[in-house]
Amino acid sequence: MLNDITLGQYYPGNSPVHRMDPRCKLLLTVAYIVGVFLIGNLPGYLLALAFLWLVVRVSGIRFSYLLRGLKPLRFILVFTFILNVAFTQGQTVLFAVGFFRLTREALENAIYFSLRLVFLVMGTSVLTLTTSPVQLTDALEHLMHPLARFGFPAHELAMMMTIALRFIPTLLEEADKIQKAQMARGADFESGNLMARARAMIPLLVPLFVSSFRRANDLAMAMEARCYRGGEHRTRLRELRYTRLDFYALLCMIAFFVLIIAEGMLLG
Amino acid sequence: MPIAVEGVSYVYMAGSPYETKALDNVNLTIEDGEFVALIGHTGSGKSTLVQHLNGLLSPTSGRVLVDGQDLAQKGTDKRAVRFRVGLVFQYPENQLFEETVEKDIAFGPKNLGLAQEEISRRVKDAMRRVALSYDELSQRSVFELSGGQMRRVAIAGVLAMEPKVLVLDEPCAGLDPHGREEILGLIRRLHAESGTTIVMVSHSMDDVANLAERVIVMDHGTVAMDGTPREVFSRGDRLREMGLDVPQAVELAEALRARGIPVPQGAYLPGEVARAILAFAGKGEEPC
Repeated sequence: MLNDITLGQYYPGNSPVHRMDPRCKLLLTVAYIVGVFLIGNLPGYLLALAFLWLVVRVSGIRFSYLLRGLKPLRFILVFTFILNVAFTQGQTVLFAVGFFRLTREALENAIYFSLRLVFLVMGTSVLTLTTSPVQLTDALEHLMHPLARFGFPAHELAMMMTIALRFIPTLLEEADKIQKAQMARGADFESGNLMARARAMIPLLVPLFVSSFRRANDLAMAMEARCYRGGEHRTRLRELRYTRLDFYALLCMIAFFVLIIAEGMLLG
Repeated sequence: MPIAVEGVSYVYMAGSPYETKALDNVNLTIEDGEFVALIGHTGSGKSTLVQHLNGLLSPTSGRVLVDGQDLAQKGTDKRAVRFRVGLVFQYPENQLFEETVEKDIAFGPKNLGLAQEEISRRVKDAMRRVALSYDELSQRSVFELSGGQMRRVAIAGVLAMEPKVLVLDEPCAGLDPHGREEILGLIRRLHAESGTTIVMVSHSMDDVANLAERVIVMDHGTVAMDGTPREVFSRGDRLREMGLDVPQAVELAEALRARGIPVPQGAYLPGEVARAILAFAGKGEEPC
């Protein structure tokens, strides 16, 4: 039932993008998003698309798989577009019907904002599709580590995130199983008005909560049984190491920035 | 109310890197009043098959007919089918949610839209069948009960719909020997008294040997064997190839035969093997 969500789903592989250091990937993704927000004209977005396409090609993920991840976003996209068209003040009127004036600026704004959203989602999808959740939280922990000096619980946060991510598929599976078990007893999740549907969720949610608490309890016990006591002096199984791959990726990103800035100065 | 499975294949997560074929062209018919055991290695497709029997899963190809009615067809009321084919999932106590035992068992009959008196009659009847005292337990919270009791409440919740076919996915998993005996006893009684068709997934070959009239062996999403327990358990080598076991009596019979003691081929019940041993000992030969 929840199989459509591409965002946050790891797509196993062994491409250069998969093998990159997750810290580098994370920072470069942030850089890419900043880049996308710097762009202010259509040729610039073509560059952003070309760059993304290149990365996806190298990673071995099908581009259509990435596009599928946009499907849950279609309403937000349409909404953003309409809001921007309606509320941007502009000078150049393209056409007017009664109160409504479509201006060139409004249309441009709407298109750019929607494109930014699309690239934002696709860019981060590339990150989460090529990086396993464990790697991702490892990277976050490393990047947040300097803050630990000011009492920021970097390790604990990363651990919480690891656990949360680890249990998403487990809970989805559990929810699916309970839902089926209740359907086998004639529960109806699909028809009725909003109230009836909300009430129909009770037989699903109560068992799900009960089992989550039990799981949390078991996990805490298991961690304690293995003497877990937070981040202090903890060594790790997989040390993160920057490689030549990350250097090349950085060069690619710099090239991308040079291109969009040059393009912006020439055409913007 | 026969169930016919015709050329059913099922693929999980088609089109993603996690795609797996769980069922591959499965054909079988379950007749009225049968007691069928479904065995197979973990991941052989048993649980997937079981969920096709009441339309919780729809086949990727092929079709499932309950009483001649195609479950995947548009006009079929799947809920109506689910009341006639009761399905008890693995660890069914995980699905309990109501405040009291009575309310939880009444969930199914309530969804059937029955009258209040009929619902309470069915709750009482279902509790009697699973040997839980109505007076003592019906108003207790389900979360106060022991593991075995919770399991029986969950089974009662399905029995209260009075299905013609009862499908149980490993009903004894995780229970102690005493709890197992109780659950198996109530399944046996249900089959004997009400003639309910039983389909039971099990990992215990001894339970299967003791209860089932027919054994279906699944392997890699296909039906590898389908026959009486005698037929199936006489092919111990083939079962072991599929990562399965044979009942202890069969194992004993094989070991005895290897030492030259004549045990009839196909013996799979403890009594049969015991008789063979007695007959041999009676001849006055020195036992090895």
